[in-house]
Amino acid sequence: MTAHPTSPQFKENAARALADTQLQRALGNVRSGFIDKRQAAADRLPEFEELRDQARDIKNHTLQHLDLYIERYEAKVKAAGGHVHFARTAEEARALVLQICRDQGARTVTKGKSMITEEIGLNAHLEGAGITPVETDLGEYIIQLRGEMPSHIIAPAVHLNATQVEEDFRRVHTHLDAERDLSEPVQLLTEARAVLRQRFLAADVGITGANFLVAETGTSIIVTNEGNGDLTQILPKTHIVLASIEKLVPTLEDVSQILRVLARSATGQELSVYTTFSTGPRREADLDGPENYHVILLDNGRSSMLGTSFEEMLRCIRCGACMNHCPVYHAVGGHAYGWVYPGPMGAVLTPTLIGVDKAGHLPNASTFCGRCESVCPVRIPLPKLMRHWREREFERHLTPATVRSGLKTWAFFAKRPGLYRLATRIGMGALALAGRAKGRFAWLPFADGWTKHRDFPVPQGGTFQARWAQERAKRAA
Amino acid sequence: MTSARDDILSNIRRSLGVTGAERTRQGIVDERIDRAPRGVIPKRGQVSGRERLDLFRAQVEGALATITEVASPDEVPAAVAEFLRGHNLPATIRRGDDPRFAAMPWAETALEVSQGVSEGRDLNAVSHAFGGVAETGTLVMVSGPENPSTLNFLPDNHIVVVEAKDLQGDYESAWAKVRRAYGKGEMPRTVNFITGPSRSGDIEQTLLLGAHGPRRLHVIVVGG
Repeated sequence: MTAHPTSPQFKENAARALADTQLQRALGNVRSGFIDKRQAAADRLPEFEELRDQARDIKNHTLQHLDLYIERYEAKVKAAGGHVHFARTAEEARALVLQICRDQGARTVTKGKSMITEEIGLNAHLEGAGITPVETDLGEYIIQLRGEMPSHIIAPAVHLNATQVEEDFRRVHTHLDAERDLSEPVQLLTEARAVLRQRFLAADVGITGANFLVAETGTSIIVTNEGNGDLTQILPKTHIVLASIEKLVPTLEDVSQILRVLARSATGQELSVYTTFSTGPRREADLDGPENYHVILLDNGRSSMLGTSFEEMLRCIRCGACMNHCPVYHAVGGHAYGWVYPGPMGAVLTPTLIGVDKAGHLPNASTFCGRCESVCPVRIPLPKLMRHWREREFERHLTPATVRSGLKTWAFFAKRPGLYRLATRIGMGALALAGRAKGRFAWLPFADGWTKHRDFPVPQGGTFQARWAQERAKRAA
Repeated sequence: MTSARDDILSNIRRSLGVTGAERTRQGIVDERIDRAPRGVIPKRGQVSGRERLDLFRAQVEGALATITEVASPDEVPAAVAEFLRGHNLPATIRRGDDPRFAAMPWAETALEVSQGVSEGRDLNAVSHAFGGVAETGTLVMVSGPENPSTLNFLPDNHIVVVEAKDLQGDYESAWAKVRRAYGKGEMPRTVNFITGPSRSGDIEQTLLLGAHGPRRLHVIVVGG
């Protein structure tokens, strides 16, 4: 696993992804499953749209008072016997985790699914220090065996087919009978369950992320379907919660509002199977649960997003709906984005975390169809934010010369509407004439980026503006 | 050198254009936490009595768990035994020291009952829920020696007993109940919302039950 971004090579990544038949087959599961399930769940709850407004407002309110909610939260965690640590950077967060693990004499740590630990490249850091991190979410476990990054924020192995998982299990689980049958997905699940059960019971430290942190009670919340996050945090002696600062919400009531849109937006479930509210270490009479409870609050650039146009991105609750509905994600999958966060939310967040110079391609990898914004449970205007990045990229002269000169040429005509209409009329007319015989072009000058993958249709009739004028004249008459 | 904590807080304040000492902001935050306003509560759960229980049943089943009703606590051991028999499971259970269990006639069944946490070797566990939420068929479990959290996750089959009078329509009412029991702003170490048995869709988006937690979840409602 690596936190080293390949985002600068987005175009090469995407081209490779389009030609990868295994990947294309697996991506069919994204296109078919998530969208219908989300819609059905939203339709079953008449208050769904109103709850999206609530979720947006709660997050906005919290962000406007984030300093105070963090202070209230910290005080409650301490009162419950837990520890709160602060990390300005990924490096500081890694060092804090390692220190806690060393203090415990830890040799293995289990991990619940956590995008923050991917963001800070925690696994490689622990391995480098001689501590074995074990991913326990089934999808995360699979990609850890393959040395890959997650390709989706809630379905990390969605880019794989069952036969690939079978190959990995046979390669790694060499203590098991080589002749065993693994042809059914349920057999793969059963095998992973048995292998990981031993890991859960042997771990010294459990590390989870948090979906929310509640200021009112000092509670961290994880949402899972497998139960792996719970076994990660109740079995080892020490539980570390690694969460970024924007996970704060004021009260249990506020969390309840957002929970109503989270699972429905993510998987189309009414509620995820396990929503777990943890407050401090085990109490005096408790027979199980962690003896030590640590929270590490990570900033990593987020405090600087407040007060800027990217502040709205801090509302994100990591449901994955934006990528589930994104035609670009459907075409190239998550790995092409080249870093931890893929899809529309990644296209906005990644440039803030690793720099627009490295991730500038991502906000450009959008058709601006607006589906991401239309399904975002906290109504983040993702297309608008991607446009902001494009503007910044242009201002900083990071846009390639061909694109800049193309934009300048277009701007020249756009500022002269008469000339623009004339030029498009001539252009469309010429194309229509040239393509009359076949009805499509297999190749066009300056457009091979398009024609390499599909034919370009021959224009039918006049320009859009001409037709618009015609329609208006007709309606007026 | 300033601490990471101070740096992060002052960077947030710089970005927001505040000092952190403003009385109005402090007041807004304190009031929000103190009053904990409810937002939009779905109408679905705003029913009572039999209707609420029926909604709970339907949602529990929608989450792929099973559910049965008994008239009184005395009938719980027999209902547990029947569930295990029906699935050809051994008649052994693990449970915590919840006083509500202690009062039940376990000896009238052939069940072999042991008490305490799970260390991963128990096939079947029985827990008593703190409450339930009809809106989504969600069980509300609280940690403690009465019902150790490990019983919720390690055994293959989890049987949860909930009293009909403890069912609420929505999450907000469940939190009100938690506050009545533990105090405002206070929580037991763990509250588990459980909605159906463990599952994963990580292999080709195929829904498979029993990922790391229980493969089966069975709910027994007492006194409906």
